[in-house]
Amino acid sequence: MIQTLAFYLFALLVIASGVFTITARNPVHSVLWLIMAFFNAAGLMVLVGAEFIAMLLVIVYVGAVAVLFLFVVMMLNIDFAEMRAGFIKNFPLGIAIALVLLAELVLGIGAYKAGALELGVADGSAAPMIGESNITSLGTLLYSKYIFLFEAAGIILLVAMIGAIVLTLEKSAADVRGQQDIGKQNRRRPEDATEMQNPEVGKGVEL
Amino acid sequence: MTNLGGIAIEHFIVVSAILFVLGVLGIFLNRKNVIIILMAIELILLAVNIQLVAFSAFLNDLTGQVFAMFVLTVAAAEAAIGLAILVIYFRGRGTIAVDDVNRMKG
Repeated sequence: MIQTLAFYLFALLVIASGVFTITARNPVHSVLWLIMAFFNAAGLMVLVGAEFIAMLLVIVYVGAVAVLFLFVVMMLNIDFAEMRAGFIKNFPLGIAIALVLLAELVLGIGAYKAGALELGVADGSAAPMIGESNITSLGTLLYSKYIFLFEAAGIILLVAMIGAIVLTLEKSAADVRGQQDIGKQNRRRPEDATEMQNPEVGKGVEL
Repeated sequence: MTNLGGIAIEHFIVVSAILFVLGVLGIFLNRKNVIIILMAIELILLAVNIQLVAFSAFLNDLTGQVFAMFVLTVAAAEAAIGLAILVIYFRGRGTIAVDDVNRMKG
């Protein structure tokens, strides 16, 4: 009973947050509604016993991605009222596309319920729930069967990190002036750099 | 899946489908604001994640949760790169309107 209540609460709030995310006038409010949506989605995931993914959602999405959004929204000094100009103009097209998509999804769910295609039912033998907790079995699976995918995910994150840094790195004038040229330093030879002079008494040296 | 007092897999599919449609609608409604479009993409990925986790529990198969983790990874990378591009674009142009992004048009 309490689970039914929790499900409907989380489901209702996640959908309401989604609606407010795409319709909020102020992008900062949009980000805050997005955070709300992530929290409630995490609640939905806890409900089916996927605690680890739920915590990951809260940490990665709320803790990193949403805060990143918030920073960018606040850093960029944009006239957001002007950006909303096309909202009404795009409304009919957007609603039409959304209705088509919704109809397709409803049809898909209907077909799934009718059970026309019998592709078999997974019994959990491929990746069964092992171990005493969700995180134990997930870790076991991740570090054995999906180890290469896991490594690939790490490389994707590394590339994304380096890419973001390289893209946003700003070269200031002070950096360019004081830059060290290692190749030039290595090419320097003693014979080019120094010369012996034997100046006469009372005369200077022409450099 | 343990029986959650009458909540079946269909309920999760419906929630996820609605969230997915909301994300797509958000892309079309906020055609000018790239930040909202990126947030709508995050909503779409969230819907996919809910679906993966629900089916993982329904079929008693952990693969869905592993893939939800990978979707999460890609979503984080995408957000970081997208926002970085947004920042340098704003630095160069002083605007982030999508309609103005036509310099590469032939």
